[in-house]
Parts: sequence; structure tokens; C-alpha cells
Amino acid sequence: MRSRETLSLYGKLFLSTFVISAVTFGGGYVIISIMKKKYVEELKWLEDKEMLEMTALAQACPGIITVNTSILVGHRMAGVPGALLTMLGAVTPPFLALMIISLFYAAFREQYLVGRFLWGMQAGAAALLADVVFSMCKNVLSQKSWADNIVLAASFAAVFFLKINAVWIILACAAFGLFFRRADPEKQKRSAAP
Amino acid sequence: MIYLEIFGTFFQIGLCSVGGGYVILPLMQSQIVESKHWLTMREFADLVSLSQMTPGPIAINAATFVGMKMGGPMGAVMATAGSVAPSCVIVLALAHFYQKYKNLGRIQGIFRGLRPGVAALIASAGLSMIVLTFWGGEGFAWPPQNIDILAVPLFAACLFLLRRFKFNPILTMLGAGLAGLAAGFFQAGG
Repeated sequence: MRSRETLSLYGKLFLSTFVISAVTFGGGYVIISIMKKKYVEELKWLEDKEMLEMTALAQACPGIITVNTSILVGHRMAGVPGALLTMLGAVTPPFLALMIISLFYAAFREQYLVGRFLWGMQAGAAALLADVVFSMCKNVLSQKSWADNIVLAASFAAVFFLKINAVWIILACAAFGLFFRRADPEKQKRSAAP
Repeated sequence: MIYLEIFGTFFQIGLCSVGGGYVILPLMQSQIVESKHWLTMREFADLVSLSQMTPGPIAINAATFVGMKMGGPMGAVMATAGSVAPSCVIVLALAHFYQKYKNLGRIQGIFRGLRPGVAALIASAGLSMIVLTFWGGEGFAWPPQNIDILAVPLFAACLFLLRRFKFNPILTMLGAGLAGLAAGFFQAGG
């Protein structure tokens, strides 16, 4: 028999992640500040430092940062059942939204005006991706590391021209990092010097 | 067993999604469009556009959409479960051993190795989207006779707003969609 407090905590865990996920559009890092507001400032479940550590760990793991952070908050508050509840809460809104959209998509994609709207959005999405790519590549190139630049060029050629599966490139880069890279930026500079 | 195949495919994608939300795009393009042929490039582009306007992470949006198309509601459940299963296990395991791994150079080394690779992969997916937008289904061609003369300025305008003025991405996408709609009315009328 679960106590009333536990049940109310479970309810709060599910509802809070559900609402946060439902109001966050396009994903990304915005959600982290919303979570901080909710769990640190409003509910006072976590300390600022704890939240920062959770975010860092969520980013270091594979998968979706939002879902990973939700799992960590749930786990911290109510163990494995809490983690499962927060994961469900984070996943349900986009799941329901896309279920509905995919039904409409199948029915209306061939309509002329729907096609034109999607055509315009596609130009916008391409611009959005170009914006992200500019920033990411600038970030890599600004490190002035020969190894990084070669990995960048080789990975691009492999996936864009040779159509090699992106999964293999991720694994290869991870292995390269594991054996040849260290975090220390000073060491980084020395080894990168010609 | 289509359900098992859906689960397995999205499990792989979830496992390899490292270094931010957009890395899902090249992974999807390789796995779902090019190797499994579950989506066409046009459907993939539509999915990317729609995902910018819907709540929640792109990865869940994509899994639900592909799952629905290949196996109905049950397929959507399997795809979504597959894409979060790896992180669920890994995050919970690491939460137990967190202190130990906190400053391990090797883990950070992996991230240093991944950063340029992930940037390159996302660049590739972005370039594929641009080629599709400019040339339609026919692919890159030079001289660009068949280029879509309306898509180029629309793309340029959006990119300008996003980069120069840090314009809200959702509003930018919505504006671009409305511009497309207006062009559609104009073309249908003229």
C-alpha cells in the first residue's frame, strides 16, 4: 500500500514533466531553463548546483537531453518508479501531437495549398539548419586543431558523398576520441601544433 | 516482425544520438531514408519542418511519425520506446555511479572526438535539405536550370532573419509557411 504522499509525489512528477514537454516547442536548450525554474525555484526539490550537474550528466549520455534530465529528476525524487513516470511525462505530449499530425498528413499531404505551406516551411527549416550548422562548424574551426578539422572534413565526405551510414561515423569518432583525445585543452594545443 | 524491426532501428538511433538534438537528423536520413526506405526524402523534410512547430524533442516526433506510418499506433509506441530505451538504461546506470565518472578524462575525450564528427553529420543533413528545397526531388544539378526561383530568396530571407536578428525560429518557420501559401494562391490565381 503506497502512502498518500508517495502517490501525490508520483502525480506531481508526471504532471510537471508532461506540462514542461507540452509547452516547449522545437526542443533544444530552452527546456533546461524552464526545468530549473520549476524544480529549483518553484517546487524547491533541487538545489541550483544539483540541477546543473544533472544537466551535464544528461548531455553526456546518449539520447534526448530533455528526456535524460527528466529521468534524473524522477530518479532523484522517487527512485526507478519516479524515473519511469517522468520519462513517460516527457514523451507523451510529442507522441500524441505527432500521432494526430501523421493522421492529417496522410489525408492532406496531396492537397495543393497544404503542399505550398509545407514547401514554405521547408525553406524555413533549411535556413534553420544552415544557421545551426554555421554555428557548430565555426565552433569547431575556431579550435584551430588539425585533427578536429580533418575529422570534420572526412566525416562530411563520408556521409554526404559516400553515403556511409551516420551510425558508423558516430562510432568511429567516439573510438577516435576514446583513444586519441583527452579533455585537457593545454595538452590539446601542444599536440595540435605542427 | 515489423514491430521488432521498428524497435531495433530506433534503439540504434537512440543509442547513437550524442551531442545535441539535431544529430537525430543525419542518423534518421541514413537509417530511415537511405537504408530502410521507410520515408522518402520529401517526407523526411516535411517531418523536420513539422517537428519545429510541435511540442517536445525532434527525436520523439520523428519516432512517432515513422512508427505510425510503418505500423500504426502500435508501431508508434515501439518506435518511441526504442528511441528512449538506451538512454533510460544508461542514464539510470550512470546516476548510480555518477561521482566516479564525473571528471573522467576518457569520457570527455570521447566528446572531443565526437564534436567535429557531429557537426559534419548535421552539415550533411542540412545540405541535403537545402538541395531538396532548391531543386525539388531531382537533386543537385548545374547549371541550375530547374532551380526553384522562389525557394532561394525565401531561404535567404529566413537565414538572414535567424542569423542577423536572432529571430524566433518558430515564427520564422510559420512566416515561411505563410509565404509559401501566399505564393500558392498567387500561382493558382495567375
